[in-house]
Amino acid sequence: MTHRSPASRTLKVDALARVEGEGAMYIEVRDGRLHDVQLRIYEPPRFFEAFLRGRRYTEPPDITARICGICPVAYQMSACLAIEDACGVTIDGPLHDLRRLLYCGEWIESHTLHLYLLHAPDFLGYSNAIDLAADHRDLVTAGLDLKKVGNEILEVVGGRAIHPVNVKVGGFYRVPTRKDLAPLAERLRGALDTAMNTVAWVAGFDFPEVGHELELAALCHPDEYTMMGGRFRSTRGLDIAADEFTDHVIENQVEHSTALHAHLLERGEYLVGPMARFALSHALLGPEALAAASDAGLEPGERNPFRSIIVRAVEIVQACSEALRIIENYERPDAPAVEVVPRAGVGFGWTEAPRGMLWHRYELDAEGTIVDALIVPPTSQNQPAIEHDLYHFVEGHLDLDDIELGLRCEQTIRNYDPCISCATHFLDVTVSRT
Amino acid sequence: MTPASTELAQERPRVAVWKFSSCDGCQLTLLDCEDELLTVAERVELAYFLEAGAVGDGGKGLYDLSLVEGSITTPGDLDRIQDVRRRSTRLVTIGACASAGGIQALRNFTEVEQFLGIVYAQPQFISTLEESTAISDHVEVDFELRGCPIDKNQLLEVIAAFTNGRPPAIPGHSVCVECKLRGNVCVTVAQGVPCLGPVTHAGCGALCPTYHRGCYGCFGPSETANVAGVAVELRRHGMDEHEIELAMHTFNTWSPELRDYPPSAPTPTGEQP
Repeated sequence: MTHRSPASRTLKVDALARVEGEGAMYIEVRDGRLHDVQLRIYEPPRFFEAFLRGRRYTEPPDITARICGICPVAYQMSACLAIEDACGVTIDGPLHDLRRLLYCGEWIESHTLHLYLLHAPDFLGYSNAIDLAADHRDLVTAGLDLKKVGNEILEVVGGRAIHPVNVKVGGFYRVPTRKDLAPLAERLRGALDTAMNTVAWVAGFDFPEVGHELELAALCHPDEYTMMGGRFRSTRGLDIAADEFTDHVIENQVEHSTALHAHLLERGEYLVGPMARFALSHALLGPEALAAASDAGLEPGERNPFRSIIVRAVEIVQACSEALRIIENYERPDAPAVEVVPRAGVGFGWTEAPRGMLWHRYELDAEGTIVDALIVPPTSQNQPAIEHDLYHFVEGHLDLDDIELGLRCEQTIRNYDPCISCATHFLDVTVSRT
Repeated sequence: MTPASTELAQERPRVAVWKFSSCDGCQLTLLDCEDELLTVAERVELAYFLEAGAVGDGGKGLYDLSLVEGSITTPGDLDRIQDVRRRSTRLVTIGACASAGGIQALRNFTEVEQFLGIVYAQPQFISTLEESTAISDHVEVDFELRGCPIDKNQLLEVIAAFTNGRPPAIPGHSVCVECKLRGNVCVTVAQGVPCLGPVTHAGCGALCPTYHRGCYGCFGPSETANVAGVAVELRRHGMDEHEIELAMHTFNTWSPELRDYPPSAPTPTGEQP
């Protein structure tokens, strides 16, 4: 990295820290004007869609979980919904609630990891959470304990926190008893307090005055803050079912990235994730999360990406209270799973991963062998929007020297909690000024 | 390179975490040690750990212990792993990708161009190797920690052992032993559920059988695994040859014990080889 801010320069950040995966950033300035910004994802391709062909219809929950160690449940749930759709099965009632409980665990774990360990240090002037802990040990300890409650849900319901073993097409291998879940309820009551305090804490950070005009899109359901299924709606009127997704969204390959770039047809970049969910469904939040959002001064029209940290905190409150509600009303299902008999056909499934909507499509033959698989993860949908945001940020801050500009760009990227191993990863920044 | 003698003479051992082709789950396991993370960070210097924001010397220093996640899949990886090895007194691989090539090693059984064509419209932009391979295929490895993902208590044991100059206490026996230790009723014997436990490396605490499911082998082969023998058992409990083949070829497909399954001359069914 160079240390100047001349009229023409190239800024290159070679390895982005505090993001999940591998990527780099390239900024080119010519004669004092911004010429190009590229987010380069160099996570090596792993070819999941290719080697899923020929596998059994029962395998995607275990196999696709391995796309991302940070949000394996999202992959498992989207895969299950898509395969069940292909086979004409709908899971509802207590098995659906148990899936939702598992997903709450992942939201709590993933959001708290990002908020406390990766994102908050940016606002407090620390380079990482270990340094933050040296000065504010209690704060980081509270965050780690909150994160741990998420992992405890994943362990009790799923068997383990990373790549849970208990999820199958049709439900679970073993369902917990009320007694198994009781200790979680106790822990969640404490976690809910910590989460409420977290909202108040992050709402007090200093935020730069920025905003964007991007279209926000998320899954919507008439009577719940959506985690699974529903329709994909946007702030500008998009309203589609899962089988219509590829009619409206196109994925392009760009030379600088192993992650494909998604755009809305004839509309352009769009953004998925917590800000989108909050914008579209905030009225369906539980009373605790609504109160926390209101106290934090968060409005559905919020468009400052730096304030996404508050939205994530509100969603931690939501996941804690929702998990608690599910446990309190839990009746153990009669059978751990519904039988899913394969048939020839195509199925679609989508759910809200912590960082945004994740879409799966499978084509099966009559014996249940996978003929074709297609997966669109949240980061490939967000990457064009992140580049768009970076472009505007850099354009307004060309006076900064390369080091400061690089740091601020990394913060801009972290606002989106990109999971680059899922887009398939991040950061290296290059600024070229010529 | 930074002056080795002065850096390594410091009190706390320097630990680095490196990523190659992987899902990030194994390095996340370190951040998932919620109760131990801050203590670990006091006892050792997390000198380079990008996912946690520890940029330190940018990976250009020398390290007492390197934890390596991921498999080797790109031309750039070939040079980078050599560099990591030169900077590391001890090098431990964490997880199935680094120890056996991972699920992405399923490409090794086909032409990678075919896979490229399925996923990417313009394969010429993508730089990738024909095969996904384990770290030990390229450099000397001091210890391989198994699992997809690794177990957090085993990770803490490995860090403690290598930073204190003792061998790690990680047993090489099979999942069957863990079921016995846990008091599980055998899912194969009692319920007829096919299970890879007899040939799978211990470490998970027999999770799948505890959840009434047959082990699917995510920790890879145990020491002296009799793969042909367990295939006979799987067949006896209702799996056909194709299903057995799929079961052997998942997260540890390129491990030496599994990559040649099925053997070209199949063993007679019903007979223990």
